[in-house]
Amino acid sequence: MKRLILWAPLALFILFVAVFASGLISPSSHDIRSQMIGKPLPAFDLPSGAPGHPGLKQSALATGEPHLLNIFASWCIPCAAEAPQLKQLADAGVPIDAIAIRDRPEDVASFLSRWGDPYRAIGSDVDSRVQMAMGSSGVPETFVVDGKGIIRHQHIGQIMPEDVPALLAAVRAAR
Amino acid sequence: MRRALLLPCLGALLALSAPVLADSLMPAAELADTQLPDPKQEAEAKALMETLRCLVCQGQSIADSNAEMAGDMRALVRRRIAAGESPEQIRAWLVQRYGSWVSYEPTLNRMTWPLWGLPIILLLVGLWLARGRFKRSKRG
Repeated sequence: MKRLILWAPLALFILFVAVFASGLISPSSHDIRSQMIGKPLPAFDLPSGAPGHPGLKQSALATGEPHLLNIFASWCIPCAAEAPQLKQLADAGVPIDAIAIRDRPEDVASFLSRWGDPYRAIGSDVDSRVQMAMGSSGVPETFVVDGKGIIRHQHIGQIMPEDVPALLAAVRAAR
Repeated sequence: MRRALLLPCLGALLALSAPVLADSLMPAAELADTQLPDPKQEAEAKALMETLRCLVCQGQSIADSNAEMAGDMRALVRRRIAAGESPEQIRAWLVQRYGSWVSYEPTLNRMTWPLWGLPIILLLVGLWLARGRFKRSKRG
């Protein structure tokens, strides 16, 4: 017993080194997941973010069928990179609404004409107010909202081609 | 020959490593960098901002960060303080959305009690160990 206790400080030291080493090796920043999953959308009524698209109200997302709500911006490069994947989702029949963060309608229009336009409604959130109310911490992010307006799923960062089936499944699950 | 190639290669690398995350063209939100007219409210807002984490450059507070989102969060704090909300209400609103990681001031709950409890427990353990020592020295 005494013998074992003699080793305890060394064991503790090794434990501390392990904790510090794992802290050093793991990436320094991590995704902040929204805590709003399973909760209803916050109330909002955003003006149109691009010519030819209506603005976005939270009640327009609670129409009985699931939607994707894409948080994007014309100045965000990963948002351009996920455009083909959004088109693929739109072609699969998923309604996609969007919120443009800190953006001007003319910039959004040129972004859409360059990278493709999978959106129905686009709301303009000039000071990230709605984004913060949803617990979203950057662009791009994509939320799955069910037919009752409850947030069901959050995808952080750009949608890669391999993410499309999982998002389609999340939309189907929200039906 | 190799060295002659190095410089253009470095130049190309630098050109390619342009920042991926761009900023928007919009000006900062109204209250992001403007103090509130009431100094007492401004002091409250500033104190709260220093204990809220910037979601973009994690590790900085929103008071320190130049990120646009931090500016929008400062505007949110000032707007809500000006509307009469208490700093703790605003913190709770953010924690409800982003989780307790957004706040630098941990609240006491089932997960965080060791922060306060562990020092006391360790002190008690230390006293208990020392007590053994004193007993032995008395006998000796």
